[in-house]
Amino acid sequence: MHNPQLNKNGELIHLMSIEGLPQPIIKQILDTAESFMEVSAREVKKVPLLRGKSVFNLFFENSTRTRTTFEIAAKRLSADVINLDINKSSTAKGETLLDTIDNLCAMHANLFVVRHASSGAPYLIAEHLQRIGRDDVHVVNAGDGRHAHPTQGLLDMYTIRHYKKDFTQLRVAIVGDILHSRVARSDIHALTTLGVPEVRAIGPETLLPKHLDKLGVQVFHDMNEGLKDCDVIIMLRLQNERMNGALLPSAGEYFRHYGLTPQKLALAKPDAIVMHPGPMNRGVEIHSAVADGSQAVILPQVTFGIAVRMAVMSIVAGN
Amino acid sequence: MNIEIRNGRVIDPQADIDRNATLYIADGRIAGLGEAPAGFVAGQSIDAAGCVVCPGLIDLGARLNSIEAELAAAVAGGVTSVVVPPDADPPLDEPELADRLVHRGTEIGKARVLPLGALTLGLNGERLAELAGLKKAGCVAFSQANKPVVDTEALLRAMEYAATFGFAVWLQPQDYWLSRNGIAHEGEVASRLGLAGIPVAAETIAIATIVQLVRDTGCRVHLTRLSSAAGVALLKAARAEGLPVTADVGVHHLLLTENDIGFFNPHARFCPPLRAQGDRQALSDAAASGLLALCSDHTPVGADDKLLPFGEAKPGATGLEVLLPLTLKWAEAAKLTLPQALARITSAPAEVLGMTAGNLAVGAAADVCIFDPQATWQLTPEALKSRGKNSPWQGYMMTGKVRTTLVGGKVVFGG
Repeated sequence: MHNPQLNKNGELIHLMSIEGLPQPIIKQILDTAESFMEVSAREVKKVPLLRGKSVFNLFFENSTRTRTTFEIAAKRLSADVINLDINKSSTAKGETLLDTIDNLCAMHANLFVVRHASSGAPYLIAEHLQRIGRDDVHVVNAGDGRHAHPTQGLLDMYTIRHYKKDFTQLRVAIVGDILHSRVARSDIHALTTLGVPEVRAIGPETLLPKHLDKLGVQVFHDMNEGLKDCDVIIMLRLQNERMNGALLPSAGEYFRHYGLTPQKLALAKPDAIVMHPGPMNRGVEIHSAVADGSQAVILPQVTFGIAVRMAVMSIVAGN
Repeated sequence: MNIEIRNGRVIDPQADIDRNATLYIADGRIAGLGEAPAGFVAGQSIDAAGCVVCPGLIDLGARLNSIEAELAAAVAGGVTSVVVPPDADPPLDEPELADRLVHRGTEIGKARVLPLGALTLGLNGERLAELAGLKKAGCVAFSQANKPVVDTEALLRAMEYAATFGFAVWLQPQDYWLSRNGIAHEGEVASRLGLAGIPVAAETIAIATIVQLVRDTGCRVHLTRLSSAAGVALLKAARAEGLPVTADVGVHHLLLTENDIGFFNPHARFCPPLRAQGDRQALSDAAASGLLALCSDHTPVGADDKLLPFGEAKPGATGLEVLLPLTLKWAEAAKLTLPQALARITSAPAEVLGMTAGNLAVGAAADVCIFDPQATWQLTPEALKSRGKNSPWQGYMMTGKVRTTLVGGKVVFGG
């Protein structure tokens, strides 16, 4: 099956998912991001790589943080950035997703940054672009349903590499609502592709997808056991609507079993880092003392995120 | 007009006939095989050299959104009788609607229309529809299509009521609660792609409930569109117990699995969902052994309703014109003979319906399909008469092409 994010030469033309992304491309993105870190430290924080190009931020689902970092990244590449928040009312007007894309293509868009509530929506857009012969227009997935959030996955890898250097010696735990998490899926694919020997998923059975072992992940229901000797802990956000119902009885019980407290953190390696894609629910999945503690690298993740998104956009639009 | 079909390989699975012979048709009925009846003069002679001459196909499930186009598609696919589920707009829950549908079918004069009446008003699973009235108007059985009866008491009462009159009830076994949010088989692919899952238990729980109610009511039940190995096992057990339960499978489920979703291909979205390889194999084995009849589950969907992200796209595929080639494709892979394969789409569905049909016995209505088993054609939107161009097989080569279809002794497709 043809992987639609690569062209015939195996170069990245869209970024939809980390699954199926060859290790050299992931490394190329991380290396390129590293070279951009210096740009952000300059007084004039700009490089001309996307000068004259138009980046459309196409958010069918609310987001401030991700959209903002994409916007900053595109502006640092000297692109023109257009933000479109497509709320439910415009879908109610009857315009389909692909109608929207056709219209924006007519406005000479070069790159779409897409967030959508349905898993797979960016694939539909990329296939459509191919069908209408617009191979000059690129798509970057900024989160689709439960499927993937590849730039988050990549910035997580950047963060891990920054602090831990060698992926092949690590034990990484992902904790929380993996079932509904696109971040978890992207992290799992990135970690296994980069050769992390032990990826653990920790959570109650109600929040774990079936057949996780097939993705090369070890499942733990007991957080104390799962965190033992870990080098990296990735905490996931628990959505409000999932806290009380059939999946979980209460936020309190969740915190008691799966919240990251200083006591539980002490079970991991002493130099373990704590990551979170944000926004955090303090007192639900993470204790404030950990979130603000010395092992947390949650804010550096955000900074790295800009460089990683610059790297992705410059590579995709450059191919 | 008297018709003779010469030089063909005549296959009648029900009568175990497979030989080269001339088939004679008079007064809309089969008049003879091999030897012309006394005084027979052919008004038309059809040369079927290189072709198979078999009973017209009976499709146990085809939606006729635009009836004229879909009935033309049926006969182009060799299908001479279509069972129509009641989930039309409006649902087929009043005798007058059934009457109108049957009448319209007769008027169009292509394939025979065998409607399933709604079991409950509006298919809402609450109040019974007028079953006896619907039956009188031509409904062959009663069904909820793929809408659930959530209330188990309502289901029990509906089955008791149907049993009172000896009516058959067709049910798609899918637990409402376990399937309402799902869009794909709860398995490896759904986990990887982040698609909400429908567990196999959605099917097995429903079958277990239905089978228990059959035991209690004696109601004759046909289970539509099985999707799982565990479902097949429950069916086998019910049959072994001697319960009046039959079942079918959509032909796509014999050939495709969850892996065919690939990169979110909306054409691989089905109701029930495509499941794992082991499920496909169990369905194939059950169909090969005669436990399951095949059907197209023809569901024409407009292009716009498929050009959507996987979970928003409407489920289903066009089926009437691919039922025969896909059945042949499956049969080849399952190492079945041509007569065995054709039995699954002629005599087996007739048996489900309790009708003496799907055969070429002298005196039977002359519903005949003549097809070239070697001819290949490419599935393209233009190649299909159906309004539904939605198919996971778009662009693929199909083997097996219908040359001529007769319904009641009249040529309704080809020549």
